[in-house]
Amino acid sequence: MSRNGLLIDYEYCTGCHSCEVSCRNEKNLPKDKWGIKMTEVGPFNVEGDKWEWNFVPVPTQICDLCEDRLAKGQKPACALHCLGQCMEVGPIDELAKKAEAKGKSVAIFVP
Amino acid sequence: MKKEWMEKHADGSYTVRTCGWSPPGDHPVGCGMKLHVKDGKLVKVEGDPEHPISQGRLCVRCLTLPEFVHHPDRIIYPMKRAPENRGKDKWEKITWDEAYDIIVEKVNGFKKNHGAESIIVFGGTGREACLYYYPLGFSTLQTPNVCYPLSGWSCYGPRCAITDYILGAGYPEIDFAGHYPDRYDHPGYRVPEYLVLWGKMPLWSNPDGFYGHSIIDMMKRGTKIISIDPRLNFLSARAAYWMQLRPGTDTALALGFLNVIINEDLYDHKFVEDWCYGFDELKERVQQYPVEKVAEITGIPAAKIIECARAMATAKPTAIQWGLAVDENPNGVQLGHAILSLSAITGNLDVPGGITLGPPAALLGKWRVETRSQISEELWEKRIGAKEWPALSTALATTHPDETLDTLESGKPYKLRMGWFNSSNFITPTNSAAPQRWYEALKTLEFNVVQDCFMTPTAMAFGDIFLPLPTFAEHDGVVLTHFGRNAIFAGAMNEAFRVGDTRSDIEVCIELGKRLNPENWPWENVPDFFTDQLKPELGIDFDGLREAGVFQPGYEYRKHETGKLRFDGEPGFNTVTGKVELYSTLFEEWGEDPLPYYKEPPYSPVSTPEIAKEYPLVLTTGARKTTSFHSEHRQIKSLRDIDPDPILEINPETAASLGVKEGDWVYIENQFGKCKEKAHLMPAMKPNVVHATHGWWFPEEEAEEPSLYGVWKSNINTLIPHKHIGKLGFGAPFKAILCKVYKAED
Repeated sequence: MSRNGLLIDYEYCTGCHSCEVSCRNEKNLPKDKWGIKMTEVGPFNVEGDKWEWNFVPVPTQICDLCEDRLAKGQKPACALHCLGQCMEVGPIDELAKKAEAKGKSVAIFVP
Repeated sequence: MKKEWMEKHADGSYTVRTCGWSPPGDHPVGCGMKLHVKDGKLVKVEGDPEHPISQGRLCVRCLTLPEFVHHPDRIIYPMKRAPENRGKDKWEKITWDEAYDIIVEKVNGFKKNHGAESIIVFGGTGREACLYYYPLGFSTLQTPNVCYPLSGWSCYGPRCAITDYILGAGYPEIDFAGHYPDRYDHPGYRVPEYLVLWGKMPLWSNPDGFYGHSIIDMMKRGTKIISIDPRLNFLSARAAYWMQLRPGTDTALALGFLNVIINEDLYDHKFVEDWCYGFDELKERVQQYPVEKVAEITGIPAAKIIECARAMATAKPTAIQWGLAVDENPNGVQLGHAILSLSAITGNLDVPGGITLGPPAALLGKWRVETRSQISEELWEKRIGAKEWPALSTALATTHPDETLDTLESGKPYKLRMGWFNSSNFITPTNSAAPQRWYEALKTLEFNVVQDCFMTPTAMAFGDIFLPLPTFAEHDGVVLTHFGRNAIFAGAMNEAFRVGDTRSDIEVCIELGKRLNPENWPWENVPDFFTDQLKPELGIDFDGLREAGVFQPGYEYRKHETGKLRFDGEPGFNTVTGKVELYSTLFEEWGEDPLPYYKEPPYSPVSTPEIAKEYPLVLTTGARKTTSFHSEHRQIKSLRDIDPDPILEINPETAASLGVKEGDWVYIENQFGKCKEKAHLMPAMKPNVVHATHGWWFPEEEAEEPSLYGVWKSNINTLIPHKHIGKLGFGAPFKAILCKVYKAED
């Protein structure tokens, strides 16, 4: 089994900041440190009625993919609270298969 | 959900399961969460994965709840202030007994000398107080005057009233399978093929208890979005059709859709024949709205309107979710009427994945609006604005908001003397138009009581007595989505701890009720009170609700076929004609056009071209952020770090022509008022349209008058005029008014 990664289906990341704040709560981080931080791309017009406007949370080196929570059978704090339910932690090879099946707008992070 | 709602841990800490409702946070969405309490302090909030709707998801407002609960500025003891010190930070801590003694003496004095009608209760938007301001007014204080001060009652009330008259049903909500424990997998349920978000962006507003991110759930299951919105938002950026209309022209678009659907024969003939009244008249009316004309009014290409109308009509099901843009529009009754007509003639009412309809009587409604039966007919006749505005006063048990301001200003038909501000901070840009006029007028009140969690501009300006509220984490209660008018579920709100000496809305109703009207307030405690309300309707007591966590009463489709939409048990709709009134017999009786029509906004480039020369931009307001609930949360550091300032969205080219850059402070001004926000350049905005956020005040600024926490600095509602409302008394132009924008040099 490969090591764990974090999959983000950013088609459905609505930019709610719940991952950032719940991570801070979980890891007791001060306001100037982040276990995960949201980035924003767009909005810009691609062509016609098509717009690009994406949010992608990026985990930092503080992120340990919530090892302790996983050991207790809980979801990582970010994935539990994510309003778009677009985050998932699991073995990288399994996540890669899911990304391929989804076919677009997916990122896999190995923090 | 598991039966145990409280869990004790070895170190003496414990965890309490609960459902949320402001204060602080949101409408009655009832998100499920676990509150971790240690040494009397809330140390952590986590989402509850067992909750059938929120499923563990939690927004930043609840994730930062400990910051709100234990904020050093929070008011946690009752206080009084001498009336001559209003506007000054000269408060004195008192006991609840002293507060009640003062209030009882004042209330009895006003009743004896001036009549109970000299007392008025002001409510706010969406907080738990929305359930209790009616019994507080009608039963505890026994005044006929309960006021929702927003001009034209421009939030939820108009949509409920339109529904009463056109469908005779509770609130129409899109079917997101919320009624069922097995949710989207429920047998017979299907997701909408198209979901039309009309002037609505539920991801951040979670309107009326609808769980906003259910839309994401449905999109993952194949639902396509039609977004009708002048602003680009997350959902319109992913929509099959983003209909970027000129603000305030929604009714023209709705009539254009009806024109296409009827003329192209795309409607549901059987439903129209069996269940609709006035189809021929509607058909004739929509001929006045050919698509080319609608395209010119709305700014949306004719071909796109036709294509979108066809998609809406031929998809099965299509669910239309109507938003605040229906209420905040003097032409909004016609818009709501047209939207319900669209849903009806396309066969999407009360079908799986379409629009669900609440029964005509609200769940747990008995002790709320119906407490007005405790008021004599003679006193009820004195309700402000009720005679002048029958369409409003028939559906809503309140005063007419605009008439109330007139009464405060003129003293006619009688002088108001005592105000009770029930969770309403409405001189901030939230729940009133022309707040500067309200501010002056409210000074005439002789005695005021304010209930809130923090000192607010409104409390600082007017309060004589301040009664501190516990947060939802600190008292027992029931969360009722859609205020009971189409309840998806009832959720248990459990007291986990309490900071200081606070009392919830219902506790104040009971305790003060025992002193002022004991006959109608026999309950000794809150759980007993709720048991008496829950048992007859849901068959469970309050402890049963705690153990259930969430109680979903279930749902039945096509109630018009089974007689469950009418009090008399006959098939049909609970309207005058027993049908969906495409032609409204009641509107006609009240002197309004019985059919929908388009009317330009009171101020627009088309209706007032002369004024538009000086104020060339169309201003729309009120889009929400995830970091605040209207004027709540401005003092919560973690949330202000995410959204520090009020934001004006403006097209980059328009901004450049005004010499405005990203992040510049700008003035937004028109003939009614002016305020300041920070410019954010948005390429998706039309060049002549700007959007401004609302709800701003600055807890970090000077508390005392004239500052009142900087309440006038970014007060966007000062640009919205008083009493520019529709013919039936509903709707004000919060979403379409003219303005100019220029760089703030100070």
